[in-house]
Amino acid sequence: MFVKKFIKAPANWTFLIIILSLLAAPLFLSVFRINLLGKFISYAILAIGIDLIWGYTGILSLGHGVFFGLGAYAMGMYLKLEAAHGKLPDFMSWSGLEHLPAIWAPFSNPLSLLFIIIIPALLAAVIGYLTFKNRIRGVYFSILSQALSLIFVVLFIGQQAYTGGTNGLTSFQTIFGLSLAADNTKYILYYASILFLILVYTYCRFIVNHRIGKILIAIRDGENRVRFSGYNPTIYKIFVYISSAAIAGIAGAIFVPQVGIISPAEMGIVPSIEMVIWVAIGGRGTLIGAVIGAILVNGLKSGISESFPEIWSYFLGLTFIVVVIFMPEGLVGLVKKYASHLFTWHNKKEKIIQKAPSIN
Amino acid sequence: MNTILEIKDLIISFDGFYAVNNVNTKINKGEIRFFIGPNGAGKTTLLDAICGRIKPQHGSIIFNNNKNVLHYAEHELVNIGIGRKFQVPSVFTSLSVYENMEISVVKNRGIFSAIFNNITKSQREKINTILELVDLFDYRYRKASELSHGQKQWLEIAMLLVQDLQLILLDEPVAGMGRKETTKTGELLQKIAAHCTVIVVEHDMQFVREYASMVTVLHEGAVLDEGSVNHIQNNPKVIDVYLGRGGENCA
Repeated sequence: MFVKKFIKAPANWTFLIIILSLLAAPLFLSVFRINLLGKFISYAILAIGIDLIWGYTGILSLGHGVFFGLGAYAMGMYLKLEAAHGKLPDFMSWSGLEHLPAIWAPFSNPLSLLFIIIIPALLAAVIGYLTFKNRIRGVYFSILSQALSLIFVVLFIGQQAYTGGTNGLTSFQTIFGLSLAADNTKYILYYASILFLILVYTYCRFIVNHRIGKILIAIRDGENRVRFSGYNPTIYKIFVYISSAAIAGIAGAIFVPQVGIISPAEMGIVPSIEMVIWVAIGGRGTLIGAVIGAILVNGLKSGISESFPEIWSYFLGLTFIVVVIFMPEGLVGLVKKYASHLFTWHNKKEKIIQKAPSIN
Repeated sequence: MNTILEIKDLIISFDGFYAVNNVNTKINKGEIRFFIGPNGAGKTTLLDAICGRIKPQHGSIIFNNNKNVLHYAEHELVNIGIGRKFQVPSVFTSLSVYENMEISVVKNRGIFSAIFNNITKSQREKINTILELVDLFDYRYRKASELSHGQKQWLEIAMLLVQDLQLILLDEPVAGMGRKETTKTGELLQKIAAHCTVIVVEHDMQFVREYASMVTVLHEGAVLDEGSVNHIQNNPKVIDVYLGRGGENCA
C-alpha cells in the first residue's frame, strides 16, 4: 500500500515541478524560446488526451491530428476574420469568392470559439458511436482512425476557397485586439497555455482517480468482462473518445496563435503517429508521462533540427525503437521501476538489520 | 420446485452447422446443473446463448418465468440476475483484487455514477465478506496479474458473487486446477448454491460426480439424457458417446 501511494503521489509532484519551471521559464529564456515552449505546451495538452484514450482505455487512435486540426482551424478562422476587419479573408479573394461562405459567418463572433471544443467532440461522438457500437476494436479502429486523418487532409486541401488549401490559414494579426507580433501578447498566450495545461491535466487526473478511471483500465484489460459485469463499454469508450478529441481541439486552438499558421500538414497521418510516439516515450497510462514525452521530444526535435536538420527523423525513429524494446513503460515507467527497486532494496536492508541479532 | 430458467426448442446454427439443435430443458432454483458432453457437443454455445453473446435462430430462453433472455443486451443481463464466468480466467489484471471487486459490486453502472459516486460502506463490507469466502482477503491489495491461475478463477467467481445474481454460468471452472484447488472450488460451488442457481460446463467427471445435483448430457447439439449423476452414468448411450472414453478427464 505504501509503495502504491509513494508511486502515485510523485506524478502530481512532478507535474507541480514542471508547472513551476514553466512559469519561471520567461526569466531565463528569450521571447523566441518562450513562444516555442508555448507550442510544446499545446502538444503536451494534446498528449494528455491521447494518454487518456490510449494509455488508460487501450484504444489506439492514429488520427488525433484531425481533432487537433479542427480545433486549430476553428481558432484560425476566428483570427482570420479578425485580421480581415470585416472584409473577405485574403485567400478567399484569391480563389475568386465574393461573399463570406456560410460556414465562416459564425466565426466573427467570439462565442464561436466554443466550436474549438464542439466540432471535435461532435465528430468523435459520431465516429465513436458508429465504430464502438459495432465493436470495431484494436488494430481495425487504428486503421479507421488513420483513414479519417487521410480524408480530412484531402478534404481541406481540396476545398481551397474555404480552407486555404495546402497553405492553410496564416497571416493572422491580432487576438482579441492584441497584436500577435508583440512580446507582451506572446507572454500572455504562453501563460494562457500553462493555464489550459493545468486545467486539462486536472480534468484527466480527476477522471482516472475516480471509479470511471478503473473502469477504463478494466475495458483495456478485458472488455468482455466489463460487459458481463453489467457495464456498457460502448458508452464509456465514446465518452473517452469525445473527451480526448475535445482536449485535442483545445490544444490546436492554443497552437495556432503562437505558431501563426495551421495547415493540413498538421492533421496528417505522420503528425498523428508522432503524437502517439510522444506518449509512448514519456510513458503511457500515467498522464505525467504524456506531458514529459511531448515537451522533451519536441524540445529535442527543435534542438537537433536546428543543428542537424537531416537526422531528426532517424533520431525519432531510433528513440521509438529503443523505447519499445528497452522501456515499454516509457521514461516514467523506467523511473518508477528504479524507484521501487530502491524502495524494496531499502526494505530488505532493514529486514537484514532486524534479523542480524538473532543470527548471533 | 420453482423453475428459474427454461430453454425451449433452442436452435443455433452457424452457416448451416447446427451447434445447438432443438434443446429443451428446465433448471430449478438452487440447483447445481452440469452440462457435459464430448467436445463440439454445444455446451459453450448454449452458455453463450443464455448470456446473450449469441442470438439463436429459433426458440426461447425464459428466465424467472417471464423474462425472455434473448431480448436483453449482454450487459443488461447482469441487472436481471444472470452472470457468466469465462473459460479462460478473465479478470482485470492491472487492477488490484479489491478494485476488481469494486467494479463488480456497483449497482448503478452508468457513466455519471462512475465519475461522481464512490462505493458505500456496506458495499465495502460485502466485498470483504466475499473475498474472505474465496480466501483472497489477504491478497486484496495485490494486482490481479500476480495471482495464481486458481486464484484468478476464484476472483472471477467472487466478482460474480458480489453482484447478487440469481443464476451463475461457469464455463469449465476447474480446468487447469490441481486436485486440491478443484476440491476447494467444489466447496465454493456448494456455498454459492445456497444463494443462487449455478450452471456449470465441465469435463472433469470426478468433479461432476461430487457436486452435480442434475446433469444434462449433450451430444451433437442435442440433449442425449438428463437426470441425476447415477442415472446418466448407467445410460448405455451416454457411456457410448462420452463416459466410455474415460470421460475426457484429460481434456
